[in-house]
Amino acid sequence: MNEPVLEFKNFGFQYNAQSKPTLVDINLTVRKGEKLLIAGPSGCGKSTMAHCINGLIPFSYKGEISGSLKLFGKETKELSIFDISRHVGTVLQDSDGQFIGLTVAEDIAFALENDCVGEPELHRRVQQAAELVDIESHLLHAPNELSGGQKQRVSLAGVMVDDVDILLFDEPLANLDPATGKQAIELIDQIQKKTGAAVIIIEHRLEDVLHRDVDRVVLMHGGRILADTTPAELLSRDYLSENGIREPLYITALKYAGVKIRPEMHPESIRTVELTEPAKEKVRAWFQAAPPAPAEPERETLLEARDLRFAYANGHTALQQVSVSVKKGELIAIVGTNGAGKSTFSKVVCGFEHQQEGTLRFNGRDLMELSIKERADHIGYVMQNPNQMISKTLIFDEVALGLRTRGVPEEEVTRRVEETLKICGLWPFRKWPVSALSFGQKKRVTIASILVLEPEMIILDEPTAGQDYRHYTDIMAFLEELNGRGITVVMITHDMHLMLEYARRAVVFSQGRVIADDSSASILTNPDVISRANLKETSLYELALRCGIGDARAFVQRFIDYEREVCRK
Amino acid sequence: MTNIFNYIDRPSPIHRLTGATKLVCLLLWSLAAMTTYDTRFLAVLPVISIVLFRISKIRIRDVSFMLGFTAVFMVLNNVLIFLFSPQHGVGIYGTKHVLLSLGGNYVLTKEQLFYHLNLVLKYLSTIPIVLLFVCTTNPSEFAASLNRIGVKYTIAYSVALALRYIPDIQREYHEISQAQQARGVEMSKKQSLFKRLKSAGAILIPLVLSSMDRIEVISNAMELRGFGKNKKRTWYMGRKFRRADILCMAFCALLFALALILNAANGGRYWNPFISIR
Repeated sequence: MNEPVLEFKNFGFQYNAQSKPTLVDINLTVRKGEKLLIAGPSGCGKSTMAHCINGLIPFSYKGEISGSLKLFGKETKELSIFDISRHVGTVLQDSDGQFIGLTVAEDIAFALENDCVGEPELHRRVQQAAELVDIESHLLHAPNELSGGQKQRVSLAGVMVDDVDILLFDEPLANLDPATGKQAIELIDQIQKKTGAAVIIIEHRLEDVLHRDVDRVVLMHGGRILADTTPAELLSRDYLSENGIREPLYITALKYAGVKIRPEMHPESIRTVELTEPAKEKVRAWFQAAPPAPAEPERETLLEARDLRFAYANGHTALQQVSVSVKKGELIAIVGTNGAGKSTFSKVVCGFEHQQEGTLRFNGRDLMELSIKERADHIGYVMQNPNQMISKTLIFDEVALGLRTRGVPEEEVTRRVEETLKICGLWPFRKWPVSALSFGQKKRVTIASILVLEPEMIILDEPTAGQDYRHYTDIMAFLEELNGRGITVVMITHDMHLMLEYARRAVVFSQGRVIADDSSASILTNPDVISRANLKETSLYELALRCGIGDARAFVQRFIDYEREVCRK
Repeated sequence: MTNIFNYIDRPSPIHRLTGATKLVCLLLWSLAAMTTYDTRFLAVLPVISIVLFRISKIRIRDVSFMLGFTAVFMVLNNVLIFLFSPQHGVGIYGTKHVLLSLGGNYVLTKEQLFYHLNLVLKYLSTIPIVLLFVCTTNPSEFAASLNRIGVKYTIAYSVALALRYIPDIQREYHEISQAQQARGVEMSKKQSLFKRLKSAGAILIPLVLSSMDRIEVISNAMELRGFGKNKKRTWYMGRKFRRADILCMAFCALLFALALILNAANGGRYWNPFISIR
């Protein structure tokens, strides 16, 4: 056994501002060269664990520590944050926000500059670190010229430049599209093999992390460690779904089919899982037991975009020949990489930008006649980050804002706001200040502030970003309920689960064009579209192939329908 | 989008000077322009600035917003001085040549006009050179140069970071404003000033809140990578002085010396042409 690099013993932590401890009775040892995944729902304490490991606790966030945490045999509270940062390199979740330098090279050099490393060593070590993560051809690029994946590589180089012994990743997949996320996991694996550093990944997207081998998974809940075991062992139990973590889809499908998961089957990845003939037979039987699909009701067209072309003032063409039609009462997803044109499309629809060519009709009426404000009476737009929308201190006022600016009489404002708060489940909080709400609740407030205007359609930019499986399910159940009331919902997203589970139809953008418009199951089983849109094949597709099911698309559809019917009452 | 405060990367001899040189030159130049009211000297500085602008390949329209902004300020400043102190020039130059009587205390004198001319020249001598500095100095080099002239690097770096985030914040402002307009917040010029101020709050509050989030992330990221560990730090973008740098600094030092000499020769900060007229 390798020497321990990090040792928690009966460790606990309570933030000064909080009445209860966030971490309780943590016992965990990380050894040299190990790869560890810490998983758990929001609020389980996993981010606090990360802060304890990299020294932000107790040096930036104050609170009371109990028990012991040793880094290479030394108590961390007796070290300084700078001593700790020599050993622990942290890659934060927000790859944009943590970009300090004005260029890639400066950002990588940052830690060395602070260490007073001079020429020529400074340039040499920056070059070396850049080569390690394969970003050396972009040394003089500014952050806005890089993709999300490249920014993350820069962050990684910025900590590798210091030869750290422990690499800590705080939700590395949160801001990446599926294909880039997959590459990120592969890169982390390579770096670990090259340098022999211990790797700790904090993430709730289990299936994506398990794309490469992980030695142990630590499952947290309510500030405690629930399980500390191998991935195979963990997947064989029912811990995950009970604790708000999404199981890998192929595991869920196998369980639906009645296949018992056992550690000996190597269930940690769809590539390694061993399926016996009877197990495959079970899957096939489950697939064939599918009830006939209900006929899709005929629907009228609500929004009709035809041959849109839009270029920004700097000459960059963001949309070309884009034709999309949205039917009344649909819930659809618009997917694609950053810069594919999906956000520009929604801006053009809302009237924030005006197309140079093409037509936009809503209920048969030309949208060009309407101003931003008039369009908003029909089409609501909810931004990704609720903090970017909320401008009032009280929930009631925030929701009432759109009505008041439209000069609606105050009695009617009160009636409509109260009604909307009830629909959105915010009634108990109506007297609360906005600042007391959680992220998910704020999101609801922003949705409520749009709904109060009674639009026929709402467009949501990344409605579930930054939320764990449980909160995500809450928000989506809420959106489905709204959809059930007849409101058409359009979601812009790069989350494949979201699109697979909730959207019947998806429109795929790539380089300013629509490259696919089909059922979600068809899109996620179409290799060509997947690679052009930076998506990732769902593991269900592979499972279908391995069980000898020819029509993978139908298999994926069966899974979606089954989930919808059985699991969501 | 209007460019308020931004580095514009174009290859030019001015861009090639180190940030420290440009900062030192800016300081010496401003000191020179501030020390003296010698009209002959003040008239030369704007001419040199125009030449420098040409060399730097920065176009007027790159900085039009800031120029317009300072022009408004300059006019306001002049009007206010005249309103509150119409005899200011007479007090300084000691003579009184009345051109026009406007009733009451308000008399337009040659001396007052001459004083205002000097004031305008002061604006023209300093503002363009400040804009030139901002447009040709890479913010990260700017931090290195502040540090080089003795400012603590933690302070220098925070100034540079503020500059670096201006484009991001502009973009965010734009996005927030669009979303708020959709909710009916009027931003058009048709509205009364009071209503527009109220609307600005609907955009500024979310902007401030999301900027606070940003600040927390960046300060954690910096601390985790050892920012503030030592009294000193090195700079990846730091560069050595070359001959052009030394020459520029020498030239600006000469300007400053000239301003001091002129002050001594004029027997004060003002050059007084009215004595010879009499």
